[in-house]
Amino acid sequence: MSGSILCFPALSPEAYRDSVSNHSMCRGNTAICPERSYAIHQQILTMSLWKTIKPYLLVTPQTLVFLLFLVFPIVMIAIVSFWQFNGYSMVREFTWDNYATIFSSNVALRTYLNTFKYVLLVWFFSLALAFPVAYFLAFYVDSLRWKVVLFLVCTVPFWTSNIIRNISWLPLLGREGLVNQILMNMGLVQEPLEFLLYSDFAVVLGLVHLYTFFMIAPIFNSLMRIDRDLITAARDMGASGFQVLREVILPLTAPGMAIGSIFVVTLVMGEFLTVRLMGGGQSASVGKLISTQIGSLQYPLAAANAVLLLVVTLVMVTGILRVVDIRKEL
Amino acid sequence: MGKRSPAFYALALFFGLFIIFLYGPMITIFILSLQGPEGTLTFPVRSFGFYWLGQVFQEQRVGNFVEPFFRSLGLGFAVAALAIAASVPAALAFRRRFNGSNLIFYLTIASLIVPSVLVSLGIGITFQVLGWQTDWFSSGLGAHLTWTVPFAFLIMVGVFNRFNLSYEEAARDLGAHELMTFQEIVLPLIAPSLIGVLILGFTLSYDEFTRTSLVSGQHNTLPLEIFGMTTNVTSPALYALGTLTTLFSFSVIILALMAYQFVSRRQNS
Repeated sequence: MSGSILCFPALSPEAYRDSVSNHSMCRGNTAICPERSYAIHQQILTMSLWKTIKPYLLVTPQTLVFLLFLVFPIVMIAIVSFWQFNGYSMVREFTWDNYATIFSSNVALRTYLNTFKYVLLVWFFSLALAFPVAYFLAFYVDSLRWKVVLFLVCTVPFWTSNIIRNISWLPLLGREGLVNQILMNMGLVQEPLEFLLYSDFAVVLGLVHLYTFFMIAPIFNSLMRIDRDLITAARDMGASGFQVLREVILPLTAPGMAIGSIFVVTLVMGEFLTVRLMGGGQSASVGKLISTQIGSLQYPLAAANAVLLLVVTLVMVTGILRVVDIRKEL
Repeated sequence: MGKRSPAFYALALFFGLFIIFLYGPMITIFILSLQGPEGTLTFPVRSFGFYWLGQVFQEQRVGNFVEPFFRSLGLGFAVAALAIAASVPAALAFRRRFNGSNLIFYLTIASLIVPSVLVSLGIGITFQVLGWQTDWFSSGLGAHLTWTVPFAFLIMVGVFNRFNLSYEEAARDLGAHELMTFQEIVLPLIAPSLIGVLILGFTLSYDEFTRTSLVSGQHNTLPLEIFGMTTNVTSPALYALGTLTTLFSFSVIILALMAYQFVSRRQNS
């Protein structure tokens, strides 16, 4: 409706009266009073103008938040990444050096590769954990009440501190931790296992522990939307349980898995907390590298790394989005 | 679906193990924080007591946790309130498509998926270039909003998707203005969700570390204080603090669920 109203040209009263009285349908029709019709027309115009502006007014506060605290800071990072560094502060002069340093450095390359390794492992294990959990909740727990309660049980740790969740692995995995004590008492190992803590293993374990929730929620959401009649239909046509899973459920859950993957990939890409707390000296990630460079006030170099991190992350996200349009999921 | 099939038991077992994986480590630090003065960072538990929980409230060598707690508390509620104020109108606008709605949608998603260290670094650098002092209630607040607003927005879009438009139309037909319709019809109907979003926003901010790490200024929020503690405290006081702040988060969630139930029940009756 608003579209057709918008097509009315905004005319002066005189021009409008002429156009109405000249119109073939109005000619000789005395029932339409041009003045009154003009007033209504104007009112409708104002209403439609309001309707056009309203959404923009409504999204203004949120958009301002993002412009001020997301877009502008990222633009600043991009600018600063081309500034020079004189050993203790930034110098506002153009240079390619920061990028040249990164691209010619073996350490940087290894750090990026190591980060990809974390991303791949954490993505795989969180998906492997999340799908059965969400599948169980969506299809095997009958009452809605229990579905919600058990889902909340999976959700609660997400609301607590990541630092504490990392720290809570220390008494389990350390040299004198519970796992080693149990293994030694059972005689399975003679020496305490060193790789359990302060290692890549610990980092991946910690990250899977932190972020599997981000997989469970969207997958559960997708599973809950599947029309149960589809499954009945597939069964009626003779599909086995496994075939139903592969041919019906998995394709319909793909968007949820994609959303979960985007979360996990981006969270792990920028991670430095877990790498610091649970990783060893060898454990490197781009996030940790950036935070170390900031620690030594090398802002331009940190900024250049941040720009690369962003580009790499966006490439990965675009890759995932190629597979699925997430707007349909909301 | 398969009534108590073997698959059910297999998946139930898997689910149970996952819950142990999720909560097990947390439970170990709960246990280790309930030790007497001779307690250490590892098992076995030497004696039972509340000694280390009490230690948290004492002035520590490494810092004081009471002030950072109140800072995080205030910041959390400010962030949550602002997130609601920004996201509810935006979600209302998204009930109809408009030119540029896609752009704004992707901006919101971008805010969620941009690695948090970038937000922190960006705001930190911006403040430094502009010569402003970073503080938890200015730069810290902004950094937290980039994480909480998108969550609040997505939840509200979901809420409005399931919202029956005919109530509003009825109000409008009866001559209510837009603001009146919102106050009298929309607001009471979304009230339970708003409580949820408020608590969600609060806990996201209360526990946020990375986004604040470079922009909190001179005064630490609680997660920053805890992080500082991890590097130089070797007593169960660390676990005790973890236990206390986790229990605080739990009680906030339980309160939120109770409030949600209370409001939605009153609505239904």
